[in-house]
Amino acid sequence: MALLELRGVTKQYGGETAVDAIDLNVEAGEILVLLGPSGCGKSTLLRMIAGLELPDGGRILLDGQDITALPAHRRPVNMMFQSYALFPHLSVRDNIAFGLRREGLPAAEITTRVDEAMAMLEIAGFASRKPDQLSGGQQQRVALARALVKRPRLLLLDEPLGALDKRLRQQTQAELRRLNRQTGIAFVFVTHDNDEAMALADRIAVMQHGRFRQIDAPRRIYDRPVDRFVASLMCDINLFDAEVQAESGDLVLAKAGSLDLRFPADATPRTAGGRQLLGLRLEQIEISREPLPAAPNTASGVITDIEYIGDMTTIAAKLADGRILKASQLNAIHEPLLELDQTVWLQWEAAAVIPLAD
Amino acid sequence: MTRRGFVLIALPALWTALLVAVPLLMVLKISFAEPQMAQPPYTPLFADGALRIHFGNYTLLMADALYLRALGNSLLYAGIGTICCLTLGLAIARAVERAAPRWQPFLLVLIILPFWTSFLIRVYAWIALLKPEGLINAALIWFGLIDEPLVMINTGFGVALGMTYSYLPFAILPIYASLVGQSPKLTEAAVDLGASPLQAFWLVTLPLARPGLIAAGLMVFIPMVGEFVIPDLLGGSATIMLGQTLWTEFFSNRDWTMASALAVLLTLLLLGPALWLQRLELGGRTR
Repeated sequence: MALLELRGVTKQYGGETAVDAIDLNVEAGEILVLLGPSGCGKSTLLRMIAGLELPDGGRILLDGQDITALPAHRRPVNMMFQSYALFPHLSVRDNIAFGLRREGLPAAEITTRVDEAMAMLEIAGFASRKPDQLSGGQQQRVALARALVKRPRLLLLDEPLGALDKRLRQQTQAELRRLNRQTGIAFVFVTHDNDEAMALADRIAVMQHGRFRQIDAPRRIYDRPVDRFVASLMCDINLFDAEVQAESGDLVLAKAGSLDLRFPADATPRTAGGRQLLGLRLEQIEISREPLPAAPNTASGVITDIEYIGDMTTIAAKLADGRILKASQLNAIHEPLLELDQTVWLQWEAAAVIPLAD
Repeated sequence: MTRRGFVLIALPALWTALLVAVPLLMVLKISFAEPQMAQPPYTPLFADGALRIHFGNYTLLMADALYLRALGNSLLYAGIGTICCLTLGLAIARAVERAAPRWQPFLLVLIILPFWTSFLIRVYAWIALLKPEGLINAALIWFGLIDEPLVMINTGFGVALGMTYSYLPFAILPIYASLVGQSPKLTEAAVDLGASPLQAFWLVTLPLARPGLIAAGLMVFIPMVGEFVIPDLLGGSATIMLGQTLWTEFFSNRDWTMASALAVLLTLLLLGPALWLQRLELGGRTR
């Protein structure tokens, strides 16, 4: 039995459907990331799990029990808010103890658990400070401690790292993975940042217009996106509107302009009819400075743009028919850098060509 | 100090000095004089080359039960009125704050609407409502809830009611301001952590509204203590307040010195809690 089950959960705001008949299972101990652009309904979904919003339709089950109508303060689920929402009039210690005091636990136990939580997040040093005397990173740790100290069945995180700079964000991501393993509490994490989603998730649920487009492990989401939306959300990708020409053995040949693209015949999903949308990740293309022997899935072009970012170089190559193909490679220490107007030969595996639904 | 800064400070300083400090000092001076049948009706501070300070007014003030009772009544009814204003003000401010945003300006206008009519007329209107043959009694008798008219006018109840009614808008506005400034996320966080909506209000919303509540409390308590019109029109002989005593001393008895002593006492009385609360509030802010 899944820890959390959503069945046909729907939420409408003044005729607009924010969350559209969603089904979702969250397993015990996992990190599930809800990924999607702003306004896709991911925060609304999270708030419904927390009980801060009531669904217009559908049911929410926690440990098999229907909690659809259970008020937020009775749900064994805690939320870490985007703005942290620390109580400004309470000290760090009192902020963290707030939830335990509501449970009516004995004072000694509250003290012990608050101390544990503060030790776990390394914030014991400023227990008596007020939130406005803390840095953003420290506030975020207090907010995390305040939610985790309740030992919830499920921790909900609503874009909690948005306000932090990149370095601190990466540190916190590592910290969240550690806390997840250490506590065994399942996380449902909302973000619009695909890097963050991949860094954290056991599974990613990609959301658009109140529905899931794909729920899968990060690797599958990245390597085998089901459609154009999921493929483009996850980093840069070359997209081709190709015509299917022939199927020979276990490969399908499709043509996009003068470019021949072959992909495995058993790959799904396929577009109906002769048209087929294909995706090709930048780093799956091998860049060569010398002509390659004629082979399936090759092309040559002239470099029209170069983006050097230290570990990687991304190029845009203009093919004979004017089509632009983007490719990237890791920078090796002994290799000279690629240059503008240089002619390069490109090749890729058939398995790297991903058929996509439109 | 720059020339600009000096001018900026000089104007309010001059204003305060001329219109607050000087009159207060004059009142203080008169309170240490003795009444006399002359123009002005009190003895001068300097006479025959010597300073003449009389403490008679203050000793009488402390000894005479009339003044002490008036003082007690003032504090009692201002206290009741303040508590009522804060409670009702909090409820109304909360309701306005929770209303749809497009309705809020309209509701706020409704709250200050009574100011468009004369204060005196509104208090007179309460006489018409409260008197034995008034609207409220007539309605209660008509509904069969009571047989005899209730005595509401010329009582402490009438005074407390009139005070609450008259000063309520002054309490609502600062409380509303302090509620509107709060992030709704804080209440949500409290509820998420297991606080019932009532607990969330008590433990988070209310403490964060403290500056507004203090401001509201001061704004209604201070004028209430010195109130004259309301106890005079809605109260009776048992509810005589300091403002009325002061008026009587000044206009009926033509005893400017006693009136001044009362005024000094009143000022000192109100200065204490005002300063204390202000410090409390400032302390809370810097912490």
